[in-house]
Amino acid sequence: MRNEETEVKERTWSILETVGSKKESLIPILQKIQEELGYLPSYAMIEVARFLNIPEIDVYSVVTFYNQFRLNPPGKHSIRVCMGTACHVKGGHITLEAWERRLKIGPGETTPDREFDLDTVACVGCCAMAPVSVVDKRVEAKADPTRVDGILLSYQLQKGQEEKGKD
Amino acid sequence: MKFEEVSKQAQAQWDDIWNGSSPVILVGTATCGRASGALDVLRTIRETVKKQDLNCVVYEVGCMGHCYAEPLVTLRKPGFPPICYGRVSPVLAENLINNFILNDDPCLEFVLGALEENDLVPSFQDFPRWKYEKRILLRNCGEINPEEIEHSIGKGGYEGLAKALQMKPEEILSEIKRSKLRGLGGAGFPAGEKWEVCRHSEEEPKYLIGNGDEGDPGAFMDRAILESDPHSVLEGMVISGYAIGARYGYIYVRAEYPLAVQRVQRAIDQAEEYNLVGEKILGSDFSFDIKLFQGSGAFVCGEATALISSIEGKPGIPRHRPPRVAVQGLFGKPTVLNNVKTLAYVPHIIKNGADWFLQTGTEKSKGTVVFALAGKVVNTGLVEVPMGTTLRQLIFQVGGGIPKGKRFKAVQIGGPSGGCLPDSALDLPIDFDSLQESGAMMGSGGMVVLDEDDCMVEVARYFLDFTQKESCGKCTLCRLGTKQMLDILDEITKGRGRMEDLETLRELAQDIKQGSLCGLGRTAPNPVLTTLRYFREEYEAHIQERRCPSLMCQPLIAYYILPEKCARGCDACVGTCTVEAISTDPKSRTKVIDQEKCVKCNTCLVACPPQYDAIVKLSPPDLVPKRGSTPSVGKTVL
Repeated sequence: MRNEETEVKERTWSILETVGSKKESLIPILQKIQEELGYLPSYAMIEVARFLNIPEIDVYSVVTFYNQFRLNPPGKHSIRVCMGTACHVKGGHITLEAWERRLKIGPGETTPDREFDLDTVACVGCCAMAPVSVVDKRVEAKADPTRVDGILLSYQLQKGQEEKGKD
Repeated sequence: MKFEEVSKQAQAQWDDIWNGSSPVILVGTATCGRASGALDVLRTIRETVKKQDLNCVVYEVGCMGHCYAEPLVTLRKPGFPPICYGRVSPVLAENLINNFILNDDPCLEFVLGALEENDLVPSFQDFPRWKYEKRILLRNCGEINPEEIEHSIGKGGYEGLAKALQMKPEEILSEIKRSKLRGLGGAGFPAGEKWEVCRHSEEEPKYLIGNGDEGDPGAFMDRAILESDPHSVLEGMVISGYAIGARYGYIYVRAEYPLAVQRVQRAIDQAEEYNLVGEKILGSDFSFDIKLFQGSGAFVCGEATALISSIEGKPGIPRHRPPRVAVQGLFGKPTVLNNVKTLAYVPHIIKNGADWFLQTGTEKSKGTVVFALAGKVVNTGLVEVPMGTTLRQLIFQVGGGIPKGKRFKAVQIGGPSGGCLPDSALDLPIDFDSLQESGAMMGSGGMVVLDEDDCMVEVARYFLDFTQKESCGKCTLCRLGTKQMLDILDEITKGRGRMEDLETLRELAQDIKQGSLCGLGRTAPNPVLTTLRYFREEYEAHIQERRCPSLMCQPLIAYYILPEKCARGCDACVGTCTVEAISTDPKSRTKVIDQEKCVKCNTCLVACPPQYDAIVKLSPPDLVPKRGSTPSVGKTVL
């Protein structure tokens, strides 16, 4: 565990060195760290608090207030199911159920093998394409349960091929 | 270089692209286009052009508004009008190049419409929506490359700014006041008044914020404008910054819109290069810096004071007003906060004058309004219409009505703060005031159309679930009241409601409206209140008959295969069932759904071939006959 702590701290400081230490930079800093590390480990938050000279609880309160920030490490592939109005009336909740059923995890969680993480998003603004899921930053239009199975199958095939390549 | 020269050069460049001798290919790559595969199409086009060594200009454009037909590709070939093609696949794109660019066949069967009237192909002017549309804010969307400032300038961009810098700030203020421009973020507060208060405040420095925190689910107008024509917003920001005497500006864009973030940042960098933003703009004494701030996904940050506190690096919790933001805003200094669409309007008003603006719209609401049409409507997409257009015109003429011959039920307007309006309210003119009277509100411009398959109780529950989660928790009634309302609605959609719940809902709604500080709490009960007002019989069916009339609430429905209609030999439903709940009856060969296993995902109903149409939804679920007995389908709603 010792190693993880030092690694997180080092990577956090390499970002902190590039930004100003004004208090109002807190959110952009956290965004940068999350982009780099994929989530916000507690070690990183402690360093940010020290850097900005603010109480640790202030960092934590901002992180837990906004939907964008994650406290869990992400999976290799991220899945964001849109819960906007248009997606809802076209069956977004059914799509979410399909993901939950197939991955056996709930929103905000990562599969034990760290292949996939699942979460909901308020609206990605592609309402005309509802229901929408965002898979690895790629917006999947009209993602119904059959499409969910199709997407997962394509990842399985890809993984199988990669493993074959390794042998 | 002087702006006139820059502008002349850009205009010549634009003219060269648009009226030159080489063909032009435009690919719509806003987020909606990308979701339908526009990037694959773009790649194919680039490769084909390279392979065939064609002298062709290929560039990306933003959203044209015809989202239902994405991906869109527009081809302009000398001698032909510019033609737009819809639902373009990579294969079709290659064919279009081979048949149209290389030979002179415009492939009429794939044409969506021509951009100009002509004798050869049907044009957009022949579309029923053309009669109602008036594109001012969306003027450049889908035509220019949002990543090239020269395109924007070539089309007249920043001319308003050049003119504004010749005027006195007071003159701009009085022009905006005279134009009666109202905030297009939803509340409709007169922009000129806000500006004036800020201008006359003595504190320094002053700030300007462009609000693109479009948190309203079901709305994508701001995203489309920021992705398709970011310079129009920047130009408006600089002008209003000049008018109010601000030194710094922030443009607040949601982090959920990565493409918009990227294009806005690029636009800021380019505008700085041309000295349209930054120190001593265009040689004047006025300096104005614009910074991009990414919102982190909190609906409440659409509220001015919450947004400001999030820029300050704090949780987005609204504060009491007064003092007004225009007096004490960002970092305690006078601040003007306007929606990005309002700001994008400013250059047009300065360029064309307030009188030009006053010609469009209704008595109290002037200009045009951009709507995002989504849900159960044929032509989903983005549309700009003059204020005063009726909802009926917008949904049935512009939107093309309800798909699959279904019946219209309601239109949800204004997002979680708005309401659901029934057929009887469709002749209301769209403006700030008349919608408010009907119990809804214009909101930012999201419009979701609902048909007979949508349950109004479930829709109300959905919105409350959203606002309940997004409530920041500061005001007790908003925090706890929405939770109580949600619990009641949850019970109703599960068939466990009581008639007295309806009265409790109404009381709670009134209390939350009165006891909340900001717009989120004050409007959160609107979806429940409007559905109770217009669709009470649906609530009653859920409570008294344990039945969902629209067959949407999952706990109240069951899927059933009609034995007399089932084709027996066909296995479509068995194959698609995601949980293997469908099996074949060994005796009769008909398919049977195991109700215990069924997760009600609707996949089998979609898969059942239309000539059999054997799968139905039943509500209440105990209508499903026990195995072996004859079904009593008399009470079903098919």
